[in-house]
Amino acid sequence: MRALAPIAAVVMALAAVPLLVNSNVVLNFLVVTLMIALAGQGWNILGGYGGQYSFGHAAFFGTGAYVNAILQVRYGVNAWPGFAAGIAVGAALGGIIGVLTFRSGLRGSYFALVTLAFAEVLRIVASVAPITGAGVGTLMKLDLRAQAMQFQSRAAFYWLILALVAASLVIARLIERSRFGVWLIAVRENEDAAKALGVNAAHVKLGAMVVSAAITAAAGCFYVQYFLFIDSGIAYGTRISIEALLTPIIGGAGTVFGPLVGALVVQALGEGAKLVAGDAPGLSLIVYGCILVLVIAFAPHGLIGLIDGARRRLSRVAKLGAAHG
Amino acid sequence: MLSPAILIPAIINGLLTGAVYALVSLGLTLIYGVLHIINFAHGAMLSAALFAAFFAFRLLGLDPYVAVFLLAPVFFGLGYALQRFVIGPASHGDDRNMLLVTLGIAVIIENALLYAFRADTRTIEVPYAYQTIDFGFTFLAVPRLVGFVSVFGVALALWLLMSFTDIGRAIRAVAKEKLGAELAGIDVAHIYAMTFGLGTACVAIAACLLIPTYYVNPTVGNAFVLVAFTIVVLGGMGSVPGALIGGLLIGVVESLSGLFLGESLGQIGIFLIFIAVLLVRPTGLFGARA
Amino acid sequence: MAPVVACRASPNWGLRMAEPLLSVDRVSCRFSGLLAVNAASLIVPAGRVTALIGPNGAGKTTLFAIISGFQRPSDGVVRYQGETVTGLPPHELARRGIARTFQIVQPFAGLSVRENILVGAHLRHAKRAEALAAADIVGCEVGLGDILDRSADTLTVAGRKRLELARALATEPKLLLLDEVLAGLNPTEIRDIAPIIRGLCARGISILMIEHVMQAVMSLSQHVFVLAEGCIIAEGTPAEVAANRAVVEAYLGHGAAKKLGGAHDR
Repeated sequence: MRALAPIAAVVMALAAVPLLVNSNVVLNFLVVTLMIALAGQGWNILGGYGGQYSFGHAAFFGTGAYVNAILQVRYGVNAWPGFAAGIAVGAALGGIIGVLTFRSGLRGSYFALVTLAFAEVLRIVASVAPITGAGVGTLMKLDLRAQAMQFQSRAAFYWLILALVAASLVIARLIERSRFGVWLIAVRENEDAAKALGVNAAHVKLGAMVVSAAITAAAGCFYVQYFLFIDSGIAYGTRISIEALLTPIIGGAGTVFGPLVGALVVQALGEGAKLVAGDAPGLSLIVYGCILVLVIAFAPHGLIGLIDGARRRLSRVAKLGAAHG
Repeated sequence: MLSPAILIPAIINGLLTGAVYALVSLGLTLIYGVLHIINFAHGAMLSAALFAAFFAFRLLGLDPYVAVFLLAPVFFGLGYALQRFVIGPASHGDDRNMLLVTLGIAVIIENALLYAFRADTRTIEVPYAYQTIDFGFTFLAVPRLVGFVSVFGVALALWLLMSFTDIGRAIRAVAKEKLGAELAGIDVAHIYAMTFGLGTACVAIAACLLIPTYYVNPTVGNAFVLVAFTIVVLGGMGSVPGALIGGLLIGVVESLSGLFLGESLGQIGIFLIFIAVLLVRPTGLFGARA
Repeated sequence: MAPVVACRASPNWGLRMAEPLLSVDRVSCRFSGLLAVNAASLIVPAGRVTALIGPNGAGKTTLFAIISGFQRPSDGVVRYQGETVTGLPPHELARRGIARTFQIVQPFAGLSVRENILVGAHLRHAKRAEALAAADIVGCEVGLGDILDRSADTLTVAGRKRLELARALATEPKLLLLDEVLAGLNPTEIRDIAPIIRGLCARGISILMIEHVMQAVMSLSQHVFVLAEGCIIAEGTPAEVAANRAVVEAYLGHGAAKKLGGAHDR
């Protein structure tokens, strides 16, 4: 329980924000940031802790979104079970892709490629299939009741997404301190050595994939609740795939708070770019691409890695000082 | 629908398109064969090259078949510089990082094009764009024929380069055994950059061959590159003949599935092949090591 | 009389009474035309140190890869504790009690020494606290007790070898495959690590070691198999094998033979 204290502190601090801030603009910014942080935490489980870089995490985001939307719009299912179903189907998709790819022993570039391909296939299918509304997309009915998971106040949405993010932080922390997590990290560091120590690498990677898919699918489910619209480009497009991997890498892959920190930075820089250069298409992604390259070049362990490194150096200096002093 | 009068032109057109796919894939497989990474920026570079060819025509009045002699060296230089001064140093030699860096560059290039030129589709008008040659049983478009022949010319040139020049031997050495090549005095960073430059030059040539009959917008490269990935995996990563044959094969498959399934679903056919190949035989038809 | 034979069909089991812990029976491994291992047979009796020696390129590491599940043989059977285990994946063999070290050490570079050993300990202990305790004990056993918190990539070669050993030991193996664990160590470091290996044997862990450091083979092992060009060309006690002319010719060379008391003409 002591391990969860930092998470509780951060979540409580964030929960207080709507009580202090009234601006819808700020709240909207934070809601989107938290949603991207959630999608990124999903990627982080597989890519950060597991070292398997997926370039098509949109596949899970979009699936969660579409399942949730279609169940509500076409089958009259209530929002809450719809949400749960979106997560479940997303997780199942993760399991399927995981079984197919890990059983064949695909790693590295190949894994990135295959995930990219899956997302693309889904995008094309969604853009023509009647059930998803094809090119037009799916529009959700406005129904401002808590039972329909739609809220009058933005603050309510904020607390909802915050709760989801909090859950994902706890999951990451629990994984870190579990045998599964130790094995997952070992597979990331050196798969052969891990196997020789009794780690069933395929199973571990599959488990990570399912959890990862579920978390990112939850972000997709939330998206439709908040924006009430989804189409194939938003659901399965490269933008969300890139945001999902960018936020943990910038914040610190393989850390609990990495995606959250990264999401704040990414969103802030995106908004900043818009302020400076106007709302032109492609601008924020140019910024994202540059940040990605710069972070890999100069801070491969992300911002948290930089802070950790600085802290370690300071403590070493302090120890030396104490020894001499 | 199955009549030869429709099938045969579809197949031949597939071969012609496939040849240009093959050229794009050639660059990709070359880069993989030597650097052992998948260049995710390949598609964005194709888009950039298409824009370059477009502006060479509009602003400099250069016909694409002339512009190619300008653009190929320029893009070779760009590719060289990109690998030597950005990708190489940023990745610190880690394969996983290289994936991310090339992805980042892809995003930057594609969105820079989007920002600068908007998403509008552009085309150029050249007099021979719609000229065809009558082969008796079918008509074939001149630009596509030129493309087909040129691709084999480029492949031949590459083969000659690899087999008979010092730089070609150095490239092959680094591809086979990097450490050994380094110990023998080869500047690996330079070779990596040369290879990347060659791959990018291939893309520039492909762009010039495509532009008479194809459209230009910032995302068109993406569509091509996923097909190129499929071809490279199908033909075997790092295999030049594989890329050629794979390209022709995929061109035909695309043409036929477009015939039977319609435009958009036809694209799915390619991806499904892609996924199937990756799962069943990742080393491809002419496979090198995975 | 030293057993002088060419490619052996099956090892000399006559003297052994108990079922060997590991038996490799006519295992071959073909890599598209190249026969890396050719009908090799060896046994590892329980509670002993057995050495596998041979010139470079003889196929020793391939044989190890086969025994530890990283490589499928094209022919032959591997039996462990009486059961056929040929072709089982490495993690399954680890669970049954076969652990291995790697010739080129493979630490989990981003983790600390303790965290490295923890990975192995978790095979037998699901709970983190227990596994950490076990890891600490193993770490101290191999002499890394002072540096458990250090990052694995700051260790010297000797340290990394000990870490490699510790990780494997943490899985509580019955059979330990050591792949040139002494390679790259200077004589002092070898002298320091040898008692640890001997101690393992005393604890009941059987060891099969690939080694080039002859003094270690002579002093640590009770039985030696010699592999050359994929075939087992000799086996016996260290002294017998050292005196074996075929072995000397294939591998040891004149100088070493003289040091061990001269090659006898048999």
